[in-house]
Amino acid sequence: MSDSIVPQTGPVPLLRMRCVSKSFPGVQALRKVELTVRGGEIHALLGENGAGKSTLIKILGGVHQPDEGTIEIAGQAVAFTSPRAALDAGIGIIYQEFNLAPSLTATENLFLGQERSTWGFLRRQQEQDRAQDLFSRLGVAIPLDVPCHELSIAQQQIVEIAKALTKKARLLVMDEPTTALTPAEVDRLLAVICELRTQGLGVIYISHRLDEVEQIADQATILRDGQYVGTLARSELERQTMIEWMVGRQIENEFPKQAVAAGAVRLEVKNLRRGAAVRDVSFQVRAGEVLGITGLVGAGRTEVARLIFGADRRDSGSVQLDGRNLSIRSPRDAIREGICLLTEDRKHQGLLLERSVRENFGLPNLREFSTGGFVLQRQEHLAWSGFREKLQIKVPHAETLATHLSGGNQQKVVLAKWLQANAKVIMFDEPTRGIDVGAKYEIYLLINQLAHAGKAIIMISSELPEVLGMSDRILVMHEGRITGEVLDPSRATQAQIMQYAIG
Amino acid sequence: MASQQDSRISGETEKRAAALRYSRWLQPFVRDYGMLFVLLGLIGLFSILTYTEQHPTGSDAGQQVARQIFQQQGAAARVLIVGRPTEEDVAFTTALADELRQLGATVLSVINGDPAAARGAILELSESGQQPTALAVNDVSSRWSVFAQFPTTRELPSFKPQSYYWPNFLKRSNLMGVANQTAVYAIIAIGMTLVILTGGIDLSVGSLVALASVVSALFLRDYQGGAAAGVSSVIGATLLGIVTCMVVGGFNGVMITMFRLPPFIVTLGVMLMASGLAFRLAAGASIPELPRAYFWLGGGTVSGIPNPILMMVLLYAVAYVLMSRTVFGRYVYAIGSNPEAARLSGVPITPCLIGVYMISGCLAGLGGIVLSSMLQAGDPKFGLMYELEVIASVVVGGTSLAGGRGKVLGTLIGAFIIAVIKNGMNLTNIDPFNQKIVLGAVLLIAVWLDTLKRGRWNTKSIR
Repeated sequence: MSDSIVPQTGPVPLLRMRCVSKSFPGVQALRKVELTVRGGEIHALLGENGAGKSTLIKILGGVHQPDEGTIEIAGQAVAFTSPRAALDAGIGIIYQEFNLAPSLTATENLFLGQERSTWGFLRRQQEQDRAQDLFSRLGVAIPLDVPCHELSIAQQQIVEIAKALTKKARLLVMDEPTTALTPAEVDRLLAVICELRTQGLGVIYISHRLDEVEQIADQATILRDGQYVGTLARSELERQTMIEWMVGRQIENEFPKQAVAAGAVRLEVKNLRRGAAVRDVSFQVRAGEVLGITGLVGAGRTEVARLIFGADRRDSGSVQLDGRNLSIRSPRDAIREGICLLTEDRKHQGLLLERSVRENFGLPNLREFSTGGFVLQRQEHLAWSGFREKLQIKVPHAETLATHLSGGNQQKVVLAKWLQANAKVIMFDEPTRGIDVGAKYEIYLLINQLAHAGKAIIMISSELPEVLGMSDRILVMHEGRITGEVLDPSRATQAQIMQYAIG
Repeated sequence: MASQQDSRISGETEKRAAALRYSRWLQPFVRDYGMLFVLLGLIGLFSILTYTEQHPTGSDAGQQVARQIFQQQGAAARVLIVGRPTEEDVAFTTALADELRQLGATVLSVINGDPAAARGAILELSESGQQPTALAVNDVSSRWSVFAQFPTTRELPSFKPQSYYWPNFLKRSNLMGVANQTAVYAIIAIGMTLVILTGGIDLSVGSLVALASVVSALFLRDYQGGAAAGVSSVIGATLLGIVTCMVVGGFNGVMITMFRLPPFIVTLGVMLMASGLAFRLAAGASIPELPRAYFWLGGGTVSGIPNPILMMVLLYAVAYVLMSRTVFGRYVYAIGSNPEAARLSGVPITPCLIGVYMISGCLAGLGGIVLSSMLQAGDPKFGLMYELEVIASVVVGGTSLAGGRGKVLGTLIGAFIIAVIKNGMNLTNIDPFNQKIVLGAVLLIAVWLDTLKRGRWNTKSIR
């Protein structure tokens, strides 16, 4: 693998990281990693969670210092001792969590800390013009006088990019920029990135979405378990190869769907309504069936799941489980009835990040793990250990705080707590968002197992290959309504679903 | 070669296991109770600063002196005993005289008075021709010049209790005093800890202290006959005071959960209302017409330990179990860490929060009853600024104002840190103005330490 050496032609590379190693107490995070990026190149950085991408980026950004190895910027050896130093050297990093002040406008954010002023008075017009100039250079229109929290995620992303450009960035690092975007927004963002390339910037692009990588990357460097696996040139960028290099083994079928004979109707939803978000939604799910629900972001998919779960109050409509009408008024009621929801936003809705994994696991199951108000910690621990083995959750011990786990392991903890709750209906909202290929595969296998066990499963997802590959039936939503149903996903195409999703 | 490698590997695993054990037990302990070391440090500091000569007093000292005299002079001793008219000295002289008589010696005269009284007694002795063989005094009376003025006493061997060196701070009476004065704050701080753990704040506790004291005192004065009231009336009054505050706490909870108002605002409003109500009910005056039985809770002891201290210890034990072993405790932490995730995991947020504010009100009420029992009155001016002192205890004890992180026992440590600093500064004669400055600085340092240790230990991820 390492024999695919990058041809060293052209001018001096913008960035060359050589033999970079870094270890933290107890963990060798990086071992002799190489990364070379040229100006005018989009360089994908691939690897599963925990492969060392974040550590590498943090070293580049001056957050961590490498134990060994060298970094050269345009041929000059540098040693960043602080994020500030990296910024001054022209390295702009856009993290998944944005660094925007939500109540300031786009312009104010762009010039935050580097305001144009005379005698302390802002020169607003000059800032405004410069901002306008930047955005038109990127080929996007962003409202300049609106607080940033009113902008869409995609627009905020563009503001982040522009902010990096105001700081004279020559090399832009983007960490999973497309996870929260709609397909149309993704296309627009990719166009912006390509525009940056033609202007001579180097871009390091981190993503789990291999189709995007195939689409725009000029080269891809792949890491696995902190080790440098190799660099693929444009001509070698094939999905199968990338996955194999990342996972270290062959995965024959990305979506291991198994057919399960569907049983009786488990869950029936009739005329569900809530304001403009959900307008008259009705459907059924059978035992052993995986119902995929897709649509554009904001189509009302998540809202439907939240209404069924009792997280939001419904205006009207009914939910039946096994032919029985349920009166669910809170998530607590839903859990009692055997309905659970794995939220899309694990960090804010799924986990108590500052509490131990054992407590997270036990939280919805305390009815089972308690007598007379006292928690039966031994039983709880025992049940947790069972799931840790079964789901192969990588965690040092039961008291580890949830925040210290990788995305895939966090998702498994969430899964474990709901599996323990022994629900009849399990709703997954974006079950594989931000999760690497290997962990994705394990979660698909689990969905299969659950279907086998006779659970009714609702899988909400924006990733069309996933919906097509894993569902028995697909509902497509648009503006709060169900606009299409696909009865045989194995014969459907992405184009067909998009047709429904657009309305 | 192979075995050498094996041993190296096993050494490595052992090291890793040790590191794991460290991270599993010691690190959480330091994170949760690191302030304990600060408390121990302060105790050490003030022990050194207040290390002085101690003169024993009371009956123990009396017996000791009696034995001293008997050892030297035997049953032939004829003793003149002199002390001041204070309670301590009377205990000293009485025990001394009793012990001497029991040993068979003669007690010529026992004086509890000033030097003039001693002069009179000595004159009387020499007139009646009785010659003492020993003079028994304590540290203060030994320095009186009157004994040198008479031939009867000038040449007499004088005996006094043996002195020794010990820190004033570590004297049993001082430590008891510190604990006793902290008890009320510490009891209220339990409720405040729960509230802050949910991410809220309860500013109304100080006013509830006043309200509870006024309500129970008024009930006793106006409906149970004041000082003549019986034990059952006292119990009734106590419960009435506590329940009133519990209801007010419940009102806090309802406003916060059902009307979705911020805790700071709700409890600020209730603080003003409760205080106003207490002043109105009491017509602005203190209510001292209370029965003896009422003073037992704050002033009585059980096997030598003051009741407030016992109550504090008991309540902390209960709170520790509540927060670490029960479903309710788990829910409190869950709500504070991430209310939305907690709700979506089926945690009944509304009842839990109302319960937390009721507990806080209830404990503030209990604190008010204990305080009024200690001070033997009901008064709407009680509890002034208590909320700030209590919040300071919680914060110094390591509980994060953002919620979700902290321990009940940490709060006990925090309350004692503040109490020890106050007491230590009093013993070392630091003036009250400077004391305030020091206390404020301690609060800032505590919060700073908290952010430091969080920065060091929580950014380290296993990724």
